[in-house]
Amino acid sequence: MNYSLLVLEIAVVVLGLGLLLADLWTPVEKKRNLGYVAAVGVGLILAWSFKLSGEAQSAFHGMYLMDGLALFFKRFFLVTAMIVLLMSVEFADRIEAGISEFYALILFALTGMMFAASANDFTLLFVSVELITVTFYVLTSFQRSKLLSLEAGAKYLILGALSSAFMVYGIALVFGTTGRMNFDQIALVAPQLVGDKIFLMGVLLVLVGLGFKIAAFPVQMWAPDVYQGSPAPTTAFLAVGSKAAGFVLLLRVLFNAVPAVTAHWTTLLIVISIITILYGNLCAIPQRNLKRLLGYSSIANAGYLLMGVAAMSVAGQSAILYYLGGYLFTVLGAFIVICLVMTKVEGEDISALAGLNQRSPLLATTLTLAMVSLAGIPPLAGFFGKFLLLKAVVEKGATNPAYYWLVAVAIFGVVISLYYYFGVVRAIYWSKDATDLSPIPVSLPIKVAIYACVAGMLYLGLYPNAAVNLADKAVAVLKM
Amino acid sequence: MSPLTYIILWPLVAALLLCLVPRNYGFLMRLVALAVTLLTMILAVKMFWQYDSAPAGPNGIKFEQLVPWVSSLGISYHVGVDGLNVGLILMGSIVAFAAACCGWEIRNREKEFYILLLVMTGGILAAFASLDLFLFYFAHELALVPTFIMIGVWGRGENKNYATFQITLYLSVGALIALIGLIALYLQFPAAIRTFDVVELTKQVQKNPISLHGQNLVFPLLLFGFGILISLWPFHTWAPLGYGSAPTATAMLHAGVLKKFGLYGLLRIALPLLPQATHNWVNVIAWLCLGNILYCGLVALRQKNLNWLIGYSSVAHMGFVFLGIASLNVIGISGAVLVMIAHGFLAALSFGLSGYLYHTTGTLEMNKLGGLLRKLPFLGTAMIMAMFAGCGLPGFANFAGEVTVFFGAWQKYQLITGIAVWAALVIGAVYMLRAIRDIWHGPLPEKWAALAESSWPFRKVPYLVLLVSLLVFGFFPRLLTEKITPSAQKIVDLATVPTATPVVAAKAALVAEAKP
Repeated sequence: MNYSLLVLEIAVVVLGLGLLLADLWTPVEKKRNLGYVAAVGVGLILAWSFKLSGEAQSAFHGMYLMDGLALFFKRFFLVTAMIVLLMSVEFADRIEAGISEFYALILFALTGMMFAASANDFTLLFVSVELITVTFYVLTSFQRSKLLSLEAGAKYLILGALSSAFMVYGIALVFGTTGRMNFDQIALVAPQLVGDKIFLMGVLLVLVGLGFKIAAFPVQMWAPDVYQGSPAPTTAFLAVGSKAAGFVLLLRVLFNAVPAVTAHWTTLLIVISIITILYGNLCAIPQRNLKRLLGYSSIANAGYLLMGVAAMSVAGQSAILYYLGGYLFTVLGAFIVICLVMTKVEGEDISALAGLNQRSPLLATTLTLAMVSLAGIPPLAGFFGKFLLLKAVVEKGATNPAYYWLVAVAIFGVVISLYYYFGVVRAIYWSKDATDLSPIPVSLPIKVAIYACVAGMLYLGLYPNAAVNLADKAVAVLKM
Repeated sequence: MSPLTYIILWPLVAALLLCLVPRNYGFLMRLVALAVTLLTMILAVKMFWQYDSAPAGPNGIKFEQLVPWVSSLGISYHVGVDGLNVGLILMGSIVAFAAACCGWEIRNREKEFYILLLVMTGGILAAFASLDLFLFYFAHELALVPTFIMIGVWGRGENKNYATFQITLYLSVGALIALIGLIALYLQFPAAIRTFDVVELTKQVQKNPISLHGQNLVFPLLLFGFGILISLWPFHTWAPLGYGSAPTATAMLHAGVLKKFGLYGLLRIALPLLPQATHNWVNVIAWLCLGNILYCGLVALRQKNLNWLIGYSSVAHMGFVFLGIASLNVIGISGAVLVMIAHGFLAALSFGLSGYLYHTTGTLEMNKLGGLLRKLPFLGTAMIMAMFAGCGLPGFANFAGEVTVFFGAWQKYQLITGIAVWAALVIGAVYMLRAIRDIWHGPLPEKWAALAESSWPFRKVPYLVLLVSLLVFGFFPRLLTEKITPSAQKIVDLATVPTATPVVAAKAALVAEAKP
């Protein structure tokens, strides 16, 4: 048994526990600074990850995998957590008590995500998903005195528990028909079970559970409410980390565990992708609350990402990784701004952005770039990501005409999204009734995070070469 | 480094620098924008001048530069000019300078305006210089998005929001359809040799033409994607509305330059790479172009607002370019490129002058104006000249272009050309002359009695520059044609279908299908 493969996860858990302990000896007024400690710690772990090789190795009898894909996502989650921790420090004054727990829970959720990146077995899949979801139950309802936050927590709890139940039922059915939990071993018997309705039902239910994590139709209902009610750092972590964890699991299950089934489900995946894109974009149009808007936009983005899954090709898988990379910097950049500007839960209306370009040009520029990137306009990361996804789908067009419908719907979605993303930009620069023009102070660490997000968006958009190669290499371990 | 790279980079770098200037230095913004567009124009004129003597690369491309960008996908920063785009780049940079001059009407948020104007300029010029499909689209999108923002923010009239909405919708859809077409085109090649490089792709299709099925898939995507961008009938409704609401500089740049992107795309990409499909579709293009020339000409007759009239006449002029393309011979295609360049100057001039008029009188409703030539002699003279150019009066570059198109098209489409000539000469003359009569002649309404032109001489510069360009190329069209013709010849060689192979293959496939 090679425990050294787990060194990153162990380090994150130790950091989280250490934080809880340090909390006991830290005076109240200094507790928020523990977030910086946590962020630095995560940064060190990220640096450590570059000493590991992406060579495929496994532990716990093939349950835990360490390969290029796992390492890619572990780094992805570490970067996300680092920025989210810096955001949480800014958010600390809005949390009445227990800020250290907030930091520690972020680290535990991070652990879950990192395990998810390595999961090669339904047991580990379930455990990591639960670790993520259960910590998020607490994180979403952390502002205990705010009704909206509690509502978000309750909704996430009920729907999360429901989807977990679906998933565990599905796993049971899969285990019942195959007698195995390990992805590689299931892949060996799956071709014979393609006609077995119970097995297919099991796989479908697992997909429902994972669909909940990525907020895909038909289990997307929770996203807008939870995004709106949760504290901004939680929403950011949910939007980026949790979604990416869902996608890495989806990739592994669909392409490594049941490739034989996936091959038959092309049309299903295309249809889910189409409906998710339409739902997210159409519902985002009338939204006035910025976090809620981003909730719907996150559904739409799940739909775009599913295009890469539906393409069933290396190009599609690699496009997902690239798109997620761009999505990380874009969405985190947007949420940092939200976290700093919208200090009241009630005041998250888009109109609160009025005059932002005078209050803080840096924040205004960041949010503008984030919206432009989400809308898929060059030269930012979002454009190249969408380009890769569309290319992957068009490439398969000859095999199934439904792909052309998918392309058409994606175009439709992108055009709609211009409307609401530009609505945000418009509110920043061209609102007439800016009442509050007090400058917004931006602390140094958060400034660094903002610059990192902006640099990430521009770098991925202008020099995509390195990232494309990295993504291509990472998906090489997927078998289909 | 190629001078093209400087031409593209200066506006973009200046836009970046302006981001750092505090917003209350409006004068500085304007100065920088003027200086940079002037510099770009000088560089472009210099390049145009040196074009004949410059050494050509192995593919007949001059001032070429190639830097790998995303090597795993075969994307590169590849720019260069041949006869097809050297004139367009010259025209684009001159119009950009004129548009920057006309930016004086913008009094609020000058910083954002000039940044967007410079980004738009850089994007447009990069799109025309590009020899890479990806860069081509990337640059166009970079120029397109500022257009929407500019119309939305600095636009005029009560229809502003609706116009922004419609132009954004139409042009985004058009651009995305074209993007899908470009991606599909890229995917028609075997994985080992896939590249976005147009020169490379052109070489490839000469050896192995794209399959007929592939051609028939890609061509309509490109035709209708680009067609929406060019305001091909019946996808033209955004154009008059959008131009009617756009600020002057934006309308000049978009109608003059950016709209030619789609035409250039058809000439550079669709015709040479998809000869068989081109062959199948030219008749459709020829009939659709009548929609532009005849239908939009007739609609222009009914307009009461000057900007709408110019908008419709500009849509009508696009029909001539389509007719030239549909003729598929050297004369027709050379004529099409000439019309593109001439119309670029003309559209920019017309919209520039109507913007000036709007700011002097506050209205463009033609029945409210009249007899203004006495009060605004320069403006009136310039606009009358522009309108004559629009009717195709000899001496202006438009005449040279249109007549060449008609010569080219006559060989193939006698009927359509006949209708087009009639529409151009009669309908065009009627609405243009009527507009001249309504605005500039007749009794002067009481309320315009106190009107006077600005005494500031600089205000006349952009109009003079554009008029001089129209006249220079009108009297010496050879300056352009001698550059265009060899490139047009190349396109025609590639687009004519001596390559019987796809046809034979298709027939063979049909035969094979027939026999079960």
